[in-house]
Amino acid sequence: MIHFDNVTKTYANQGRPALESVSLDVEKGEFVFLVGPSGSGKSTFLRLVLKEERPTSGRIHVAGKDLARLTNWKVPHLRRRIGCVFQDFRLLPNKNVYQNIAFALEVIGKPRRFIRKVVPEVIDLVGLEGKRDRMPDELSGGEQQRVAMARAFVNRPMILLADEPTGNIDPATSIGIMKVLDRINRTGTTVVMATHDAAIVDSMRKRVIELEYGKVVRDQSRGVYGQAY
Amino acid sequence: MRAQFVFHEVWIGLRRNLTMTVALIVVVAISLSLLGTGLLFVKQVDNTRSWWQSRVQLSVYLCTSSALGGTCAKNGAVTAAERTAIKNELLQTHDILSIQYVSQPQAVAQFRQEFADNQTLVKYLVKYSASQIPSSFEIRLKNTEADAAAVTAVMNGAPGVADVVDDTTLLDQLYKLLDGARNAVVVIAIFLLVAAILLVANTIRLSAFNRRRETSIMRLVGASNFYVQLPFLAEGMIAGLIGWLVATGLLIGAKALLLSSLQSIFPLGVQLSTADLVEVIIVAMITGLLICGSTSFLTLRRYLRV
Repeated sequence: MIHFDNVTKTYANQGRPALESVSLDVEKGEFVFLVGPSGSGKSTFLRLVLKEERPTSGRIHVAGKDLARLTNWKVPHLRRRIGCVFQDFRLLPNKNVYQNIAFALEVIGKPRRFIRKVVPEVIDLVGLEGKRDRMPDELSGGEQQRVAMARAFVNRPMILLADEPTGNIDPATSIGIMKVLDRINRTGTTVVMATHDAAIVDSMRKRVIELEYGKVVRDQSRGVYGQAY
Repeated sequence: MRAQFVFHEVWIGLRRNLTMTVALIVVVAISLSLLGTGLLFVKQVDNTRSWWQSRVQLSVYLCTSSALGGTCAKNGAVTAAERTAIKNELLQTHDILSIQYVSQPQAVAQFRQEFADNQTLVKYLVKYSASQIPSSFEIRLKNTEADAAAVTAVMNGAPGVADVVDDTTLLDQLYKLLDGARNAVVVIAIFLLVAAILLVANTIRLSAFNRRRETSIMRLVGASNFYVQLPFLAEGMIAGLIGWLVATGLLIGAKALLLSSLQSIFPLGVQLSTADLVEVIIVAMITGLLICGSTSFLTLRRYLRV
């Protein structure tokens, strides 16, 4: 589903590459943790998958597409197959829960009848029943992240990228978030989650890829957070 | 394509930076109406010019017994032989459309007609100096601009010729004035159009900044560029259209008030028609939409990259 072949990414004006000779494969339906300290290249990895950045060298395939050969014009179609969740939620403050989720479908031109049908389903899936008319500032951090996850998942993407989704949320609430991610993963969606949260990684027992200074230093299935230390 | 959604976004965008939108509309309106006025002016002047072109004449006045110009003082009144010579000379040497001899009685009759509303003058002149109104050849040239000077040069000083009057030299003065006014209007319009372009760019930039959250999410969930850019594009175009509507009103007013009163100094045959006005309004609309649309588009390419 995601295939990196000897990928190096060096940002302009920076000596050390953010990613260096990274080769890895993420299969369809996998759940992968991307761990490592700040600046180890986790976010760069995610941005490369979305084609927000181009690799300096190496090849990337996402959902069967060679990103180097994907024209700018086709990039939106790639992104429709990838859902994204961030540490800071990125909800629209002037839209309520329902509207925030519906927005993701409206802007890719889905018919209104379809939106009316699937948005309530996904609201239920993330456990926000009865809160569809709340504004983001009336919700807790955990609830806001659920809205963000609903928005990322509502178009049934093949891949869900989560960049520190529990970074702003207390541990108890994080468990709920992870349950939702797990539920999404069980529908067959590939999930890649970048995180610092050792407790979560240890408890989930999924594949762990550890980055350090832009290099893959560990890749083990059913791993834990801190083994390399 | 969700038209309703796009319109909603456009409406939000226009309302959010209302001051910029209003400024944009005003500048577009004024620049387009100035441009339109300039175009109407051009049409008016061109119409007048071609109207005169077909009527403009060279008048070769012949000597009377009391005339002093040319060879008259020496030779006295024109003789029949001289008249024939002049006519032959004119017919032979130049491309002449028509040549008409106006005898003295005809000239007097014409004078009476032209000054019919000033009977005192007519009475006085006819009584004391009718004999001083000269007979003349009224000549219409095929190519006035090229030949008028040559004919004037040959005729001045020919025996029996008192004076040659070229109507074009009189009209040139008027044209200079009109052309100057027209150029001034067009130059101001161009400056304002440049201002309009900068304002459109600025409005779109502000709008893009105001909605950076929305657009970043749109890009993230895979909205096509068209969908991301359309609200901004439409915003610029709609402001341009409203500006154009205002300009249309101003143009209709300008035609009714300014040009119509100006037209009283033009011959009756060169009234601007409604078709002329409509044409100018359409040109203004296309200009406005092009300017607003293309500027929005180019600005967006800078601020909303994929």
